[in-house]
Formats: sequence, C-alpha cells, structure tokens
Amino acid sequence: MKIDLSDPGATPDALIKAVPYCAHLGAKVTLREGRLVLELPFADYLIGNPSVPAIHGGVIGSFLETAAISQVIYETRAAATPKPVDITIDYFRTGRPVTSYAAARIVKLGRRVINVHAEMWQDDETKPIAVLHGHFLIVAE
Amino acid sequence: MARAMAKTPFIVSLGGEIVEVGDGIALMRVPYCEKLVGDPDTGVVHGGVITAMLDHCSGMAIGSALRKPVPYVTLDLRIDYMKPARPQAEILFEAQCLKITHEIIFTRGIAFQDSRDDFIARSTGTFMFSRPQGVGA
Repeated sequence: MKIDLSDPGATPDALIKAVPYCAHLGAKVTLREGRLVLELPFADYLIGNPSVPAIHGGVIGSFLETAAISQVIYETRAAATPKPVDITIDYFRTGRPVTSYAAARIVKLGRRVINVHAEMWQDDETKPIAVLHGHFLIVAE
Repeated sequence: MARAMAKTPFIVSLGGEIVEVGDGIALMRVPYCEKLVGDPDTGVVHGGVITAMLDHCSGMAIGSALRKPVPYVTLDLRIDYMKPARPQAEILFEAQCLKITHEIIFTRGIAFQDSRDDFIARSTGTFMFSRPQGVGA
C-alpha cells in the first residue's frame, strides 16, 4: 500500500488501521521513545481454546507478522507492503486473555530481502510468550 | 474434538470451515472476505490468515489421529509463502499428522486454491502434549 510518512496524518497507527486484517485483529501501533510497539487488546473472538481460555496460535502468528511488517515499513519507508517469504514462530507460553504487545527488529537489512525478529509479550516484556523470525521481500515500486 | 475445534471463536471470525477431517488429515476452507485483506492495493489476503488456518488445520489433523482426546500445544510453526493468494477466490488448507511420539507430534500442511500441486504456502509444525502421554501412533 502507498505510504507517505512525510504526511503528518500518516501515523504508524493510521497505516495499519488501513489494512483490513489488522483492523480485524484490533491491533494498534504506538511509538514509545522512538520504538514501534504494537498493542493487541484482548477480545473474545481471539480465543483459540475456550477451556483455558487462551488466545489462538494463529492470532499470535498474525500479530507477530504484523509487528515485523510494520517495523520494515517504518524503518525502510517502503512504499509497498513487504511480502513474507517465510516465517517461523516459536511458542513459549499460553496467550492469556489480557492485552498483548509486540515489537520487532531488523536483524539484516539486505537490498531485496530483510531478516526480521519479533517478540510478543503480555505483562512482562522479559517473558515473551512467542517469537517470530522471518524473511520479507522488498517490493519495488 | 473436531466439532469443538470447528467452533473456535477466532476461526469462526475468519470464516473458516471444516470440509473433511479424519485419519490424521484435515481439509478446511476460508471464503474470500474483505476483512482478511493484508494489502489494500492488491486485495491479497494477509499472511496471518494463512498462518492461523494452517496452525488450526494441523491441530485438527492431530486430533483426528489420536485414539483418545488429549491436549496438545503448538511448539513451533514454519510457513513458506510460495505466492500470493488470488483475491476473490476461496483458499483451501490441508494438513497431515506425520508422526506422533510420546511427547512430540509432527505435522505438515499446504494452502492452495486451484490444485494441490500449485500451493500458495506450506507449513511444517511441531506440537507437544500438554502432559507426558505416551500415546504412541
């Protein structure tokens, strides 16, 4: 999608709100001391296992992928949405029915492919519930 | 268990449905819907939808392979995105339970539209029993 970060109205949050699936998840983007942190308030429809209850593993994967893509767009000022090539998600802990957070960092910025690492946590950032690493392809304008 | 997993709130929210499940193989589908779009310029569905459905479909395949219902959780899931899903068309997901050991379960899956040979993504999953089971395959 076309993104103009020089436009004062184009806040990182407005950018992901324009993506229907991110709006469906209910993900928000915040800037904390220059760092992009995504926030995902809990909602009943995010549940994967009602008996625990726990957030669906697919929500965790989707949220981490959104964090990774947001970071790539933010850092590279990409004009088009980067395409995921492959992602791997490691699940550490149950996603409890509370607000979740995610942040990503670019590990290797290549000319065409970017390697990204993302972490998701709930109450304690030092105890991630899941991490993602993956490759994203820069799409030429 | 298959019936319970079909009513999973998040899968329902995506419009995900079971086509067929049994003997360690699950086939599911998701009709195209505007809210699943990840790139508004092209209308292509978000990769997260593929990830969520392949995760779920893999879990269903495991459930159908177990002799008795025992809880298990995802350890890791890898997705390779071969090509974007064609907009306006449904996506099918097929996962297979490859191996059940005392502690760990291995799965693989694909997402496709027209033909299983022309898949848009593939998955490799590893799951773990929530408690040591010794179920055996």
